[in-house]
Amino acid sequence: MSHHEQHAGGAAHGSVKEYIVGLILSVVLTAIPFGVVMSGAAGEVVSITLILLCAVAQVMVQLVFFLHMNASSEQAWNTISALFSVVLVAILIVGSIWIMNHLNHNMLMGH
Amino acid sequence: MNTALPAPPPGYTGHISEEHHHDYAGDTVFGFWIYILSDCVLFATLFAVFAVLQHNFAGSIEASELFDLSYVAGETALLLLSSFTFGMAMLGANKGSMKALLGWLGVTWLLGAGFLYMEVNEFVHFTHEGAAAWASGAWSAFYGLIGTHGLHVFAGMVWMIVLVGLLVRDGISNENRTRLMCLSLFWHFLDIIWICVFSFVFLMGAV
Repeated sequence: MSHHEQHAGGAAHGSVKEYIVGLILSVVLTAIPFGVVMSGAAGEVVSITLILLCAVAQVMVQLVFFLHMNASSEQAWNTISALFSVVLVAILIVGSIWIMNHLNHNMLMGH
Repeated sequence: MNTALPAPPPGYTGHISEEHHHDYAGDTVFGFWIYILSDCVLFATLFAVFAVLQHNFAGSIEASELFDLSYVAGETALLLLSSFTFGMAMLGANKGSMKALLGWLGVTWLLGAGFLYMEVNEFVHFTHEGAAAWASGAWSAFYGLIGTHGLHVFAGMVWMIVLVGLLVRDGISNENRTRLMCLSLFWHFLDIIWICVFSFVFLMGAV
């Protein structure tokens, strides 16, 4: 590639090969959970576990192959800020579900 | 106590140099990355609301009776392909090929339009079946989450039209390169959010 290689705070550039690998992996990781749920082949626990695993894997695949995130030092701030958001997102979602389940539980018990 | 400043380099004008300008572009993209992460938090709150309310149908038609997974698979395919074609557009821009850049952006825009058309169609269908946004807490959360994603896609498409105008006017300039980089982050981000939507809303709702 040319002299535009590094954008200090930005994403690096990819190659055709990288995008095609990303696309193929994404298609596979989309087809698996859709196939499992639509065919009804697996039980509830197995299906939900597969959906979760494939979703996490596909998010990682797209971050690496489409957004070109990596562990290089130029991208340290991109990665650190992203990890911080992951923590925020986890607190928001897990915390909301946790609190609201307890609330529902207490309301239903008639206290 | 060294008071003697080094002599300015030849050609120094007091203005930001080319080199700094390049850093500025990186800062812009990093700033946009921070915006995207804040958008992630916005979507997280909507996902949390959906997670809490998803079973509160209050007598309205239930999600599992309405969801058509092959239709959702179609929407997913359009959005995933558009993420890929945006990557191709960026490669075109890197090679300095205006033709490849505009061509791939056009394909991306059409795929985005196809996705939005399918989504609006789905909303209209659901509403006719009794699953309107005001039918119950679960459906309000559903439209709030997916509608926000759809609005983002719409905003990305408007942005794409504006950017194509700027590209036609100014060519692949440094400014336009930075704008393209931001839009590509935004567009890829929308596909990542959609992964969570089809996994947590549609697939888990149908299990």
